[in-house]
Amino acid sequence: MITKKDLEHMAWLSRLELSGEDTEKYTPKLNSVLDYFGELDKVDTEGVEPTYHVLQLSNVFRDDEPSQPTKPLSQEEALSNAPRKQDGFFKAPRMM
Amino acid sequence: MFDEPNKTNPPFSKGSSKYENPDGVKIGLEVHVQLNKLKTKVFCGCTTDYHNDPPNSHVCPVCLGLPGALPVINKKAVEAAIKVGLALNCKVEEHTQFYRKNYYYPDLPKGFQITQYDFPISSQGYVMIEGEDGEHRIGITRAHMEEDPGRLVHEGTIDKSKYTLIDYNRSGMALLEVVSDPDMRSPKEARRYLDKLRNILEYLDVFDGNLEGALRVDANISIMGGQRAEIKNISSHKGAERALLYEIVRQKNVLRRGGVVVLETRHFDEAREITLSMRSKEEAHDYRYFPEPDLVPLKISGWAPAIKETLPELPDARRMRFVEQYGIADDHAKALTSELKLAVFYEEVAKKADPKMAAVWICDVLKGELNYRDLTIDAFRKEHMLSVIELLASKKITEDGAVDIIRTLLDKGGSPEEIVAQKGLVVVEGDIVSTAAEEAIKENPQAVADYKAGKEKALNSLVGAVMKKTKGRADARAAREVLLGKLG
Repeated sequence: MITKKDLEHMAWLSRLELSGEDTEKYTPKLNSVLDYFGELDKVDTEGVEPTYHVLQLSNVFRDDEPSQPTKPLSQEEALSNAPRKQDGFFKAPRMM
Repeated sequence: MFDEPNKTNPPFSKGSSKYENPDGVKIGLEVHVQLNKLKTKVFCGCTTDYHNDPPNSHVCPVCLGLPGALPVINKKAVEAAIKVGLALNCKVEEHTQFYRKNYYYPDLPKGFQITQYDFPISSQGYVMIEGEDGEHRIGITRAHMEEDPGRLVHEGTIDKSKYTLIDYNRSGMALLEVVSDPDMRSPKEARRYLDKLRNILEYLDVFDGNLEGALRVDANISIMGGQRAEIKNISSHKGAERALLYEIVRQKNVLRRGGVVVLETRHFDEAREITLSMRSKEEAHDYRYFPEPDLVPLKISGWAPAIKETLPELPDARRMRFVEQYGIADDHAKALTSELKLAVFYEEVAKKADPKMAAVWICDVLKGELNYRDLTIDAFRKEHMLSVIELLASKKITEDGAVDIIRTLLDKGGSPEEIVAQKGLVVVEGDIVSTAAEEAIKENPQAVADYKAGKEKALNSLVGAVMKKTKGRADARAAREVLLGKLG
């Protein structure tokens, strides 16, 4: 059961600002999603290996070679979407 | 059945008395080691050689966390991680995989860090250190792989600056987080552990400790009757020791005043050598780890035996071999193997000179002179050490003369032969010593009388007089013999 407090906590973790109205609206919606997942609890998983990963693949590597597979960007390109920059740095609010 | 003796981990001598640990200090360290000998970052092809370049000049869509970019793991980074795990006596796990650790902090632009969680690549190891009461075992909880965050620059101090500047060149560097058990009982032991860890990493050739940010430490420390504090922002071995010393005093003071030592994260201010509470407004950490969908699991424990074959001789094994092969004292062997370059230097000298003399002169003299000048062994040439030992062995110079040569080489340069010639360090013997002895006897009647009256010590002042007359170039033992002969 997700409470309004849980929802406010999740919103904070994702840095989303919710109004009181939003909280009223989303709490029951999320609970219905959670209830739906509850269906899975009904499945008998006795003796079934846990799934660690959704893909049935392992050991995919790249060699230690520069510019493979992605090419580097120039400093100008790297900063081109930054709303604030200074002396080649990204600039962000101070965070503690 | 007897256990097979473990060659890489020799049994150490026990200390004579047990360390009491009166304050119940418990220290565990999380050491972030950059695998900076790789050519590229852990999940992308950006170079690891960024240290002298402008900010954000070695970045790509992957390490900038741009939408749609996909990480692919560097095979060499995995091999290096296994190497370290094996060298720390860890178990390399059969199944290992990556997770997203979710948090908002601008050091990583994606909103999460790719790291490991409940399937680390290696765990349950240990290293032996020189503890408060002899050899002490430090358990290794785990050594897991992760990506390095970017570097944050604050104007002024972290608690005063108005904004944060970010350089993502470091973002995505391969990191190994080595987490120890809380087995250290003093700041000194913490420092010894860090020294040992760094030494092992350098032997393995996966790590260059001289590069900025190569090794960063978070320390967890508690004392009896309180909760633990986590100290962040420690960037040197000395810093770790200082931060922990400060923290023990702080925690003791809190308890003495009847206060409560709370569970918290503190920031080490290196300039002021104090720790500051971060007073984080954020609620308890809630990282919501989940498997990284863009990286598939690794099944690499099968690589371990082959990698183990390629491991170089590690410090403890080399120390034992030095004792056996060269017949030197264990303390010398320990000092010589405490640093890879020093061990290599010694061994090259020992191959061509008397190994015992080489150990004495490198450990007891050269190392001290280097430390005094804040220099490393790189500042001294092995050919020069060979010359000095050769001059000593053939009795061409005295021990004082040899020390003088070593100091002069470090301060002014030149070659041992030139310094011997310039300073006139060639041992004087024969007539010169004989004449000096005769003069000394003539000029010091009181000492002669005292000696003849049975005061053996009076002879020392006569030897001193001879040394003074020969400007220290006589061999003291020879001078003594000559004096004894003349005094009858």
